[in-house]
Amino acid sequence: MSAGVGEVSAARFEVGQNVRVKDARPERVARLHLRTPHYVRGRMGTIQRALGTFPNPEDIAFNRPAQPRVLYHVLFDQPPVWNEGQAGDTLLIELFEHWLEEA
Amino acid sequence: MDTPQPTPAQHDLGGNPRFRCTPVEPDADAPPDAFGKRVDALRTVLRDKGLLTTDEQRLNIESLPEDEYFDLTYYEKWLRAIAAVMLAKGVVTWEDLQ
Amino acid sequence: MAATYEPRPESVALLKKLVAALAARGIVTEEEMALRQTIAERANPETGARMVARAWMDPEWRALMLRDGTAAAEAMGVSMRGNPPLGVLEDTESVHHLVVCTLCSCYPRAIIGYPPHWYKSAAYRSRAVREPRAVLAEFGTVLPAQMQVRVVDSTADFRWMVLPMRPAGTDGWTEDQLTALVSRDHLVGVALPSAERKAARAA
Repeated sequence: MSAGVGEVSAARFEVGQNVRVKDARPERVARLHLRTPHYVRGRMGTIQRALGTFPNPEDIAFNRPAQPRVLYHVLFDQPPVWNEGQAGDTLLIELFEHWLEEA
Repeated sequence: MDTPQPTPAQHDLGGNPRFRCTPVEPDADAPPDAFGKRVDALRTVLRDKGLLTTDEQRLNIESLPEDEYFDLTYYEKWLRAIAAVMLAKGVVTWEDLQ
Repeated sequence: MAATYEPRPESVALLKKLVAALAARGIVTEEEMALRQTIAERANPETGARMVARAWMDPEWRALMLRDGTAAAEAMGVSMRGNPPLGVLEDTESVHHLVVCTLCSCYPRAIIGYPPHWYKSAAYRSRAVREPRAVLAEFGTVLPAQMQVRVVDSTADFRWMVLPMRPAGTDGWTEDQLTALVSRDHLVGVALPSAERKAARAA
């Protein structure tokens, strides 16, 4: 849905801000459709960009009214995620606002 | 990592050690076969008519039994998911698919 | 993952029955399916390659691509209606981007065509985020020493393409010459374009 691209007026986080991904594993309780990869849950990253506002895919998957959520590009250092890898290498991941909290 | 982490959902494959030694095979590069192209076209037609969303399709792929998730081909999984969504919505019946 | 890419007989039968049931209810027609297939088959990596070549030559076009990839694709004659928004990742001297979708196989089809088997494989999806340099090595790609790898996991609404650095030794080249240097693999980020090697055009 291109309509949401660039719509960031309600964004809670700012570019450059450190955020932590919620350390939650709700998929262990029930069948859900989540777009937050397990490997960044509980990890600290930095907001690179607010990409826009889009309907929550967690809702769309179940064919129910989807709440609009701000989507961010969040940057993470690779080595702490895996305990391996080259210093300076990074991961850039699209994450929805409700999965993030102030670090 | 200090504490053992819970196993991720089967489709949440980032960093999965099971495939650590599996080559990526850059030569595996053929375009989809006729079956794949037709499934892809069906998906697009249904999506454009508002009968199927990408996320509904993804949910139904993610929910496949583990052996099917890893053994079915890419477009076979798409087809199974499309059928599941059409059945769930009552657009087709299971008798139609016998 | 499957050792073969061929569908099982029961899958072929399921497709036939599903389409027949949908057609009988007037929900899909063969004409609609054929049209959609034609559009999908027409999408190919030369579109993305030409977008890159133009960005190498024209700073304003580059700025448009980075600001609004969807508008840039539209300006190339690609209809993006109903398609996910396109994002462009700009390589620099210090950062090289590599695109993956660990959760499924999101891919910027509109400007690059169908994804190859390897992009959709469990091996690529699992290893690209964890050992990107080893994955790049399988494609014969070794990055310059000072370059960091930024792996971009396509987890949400955008589809991403890489805008690689312009290779050395291409001063004064035409748009067509530059376009011929850029392949699908360069747009995903598993390889870097070079003036020495013409791009092997992906199927």
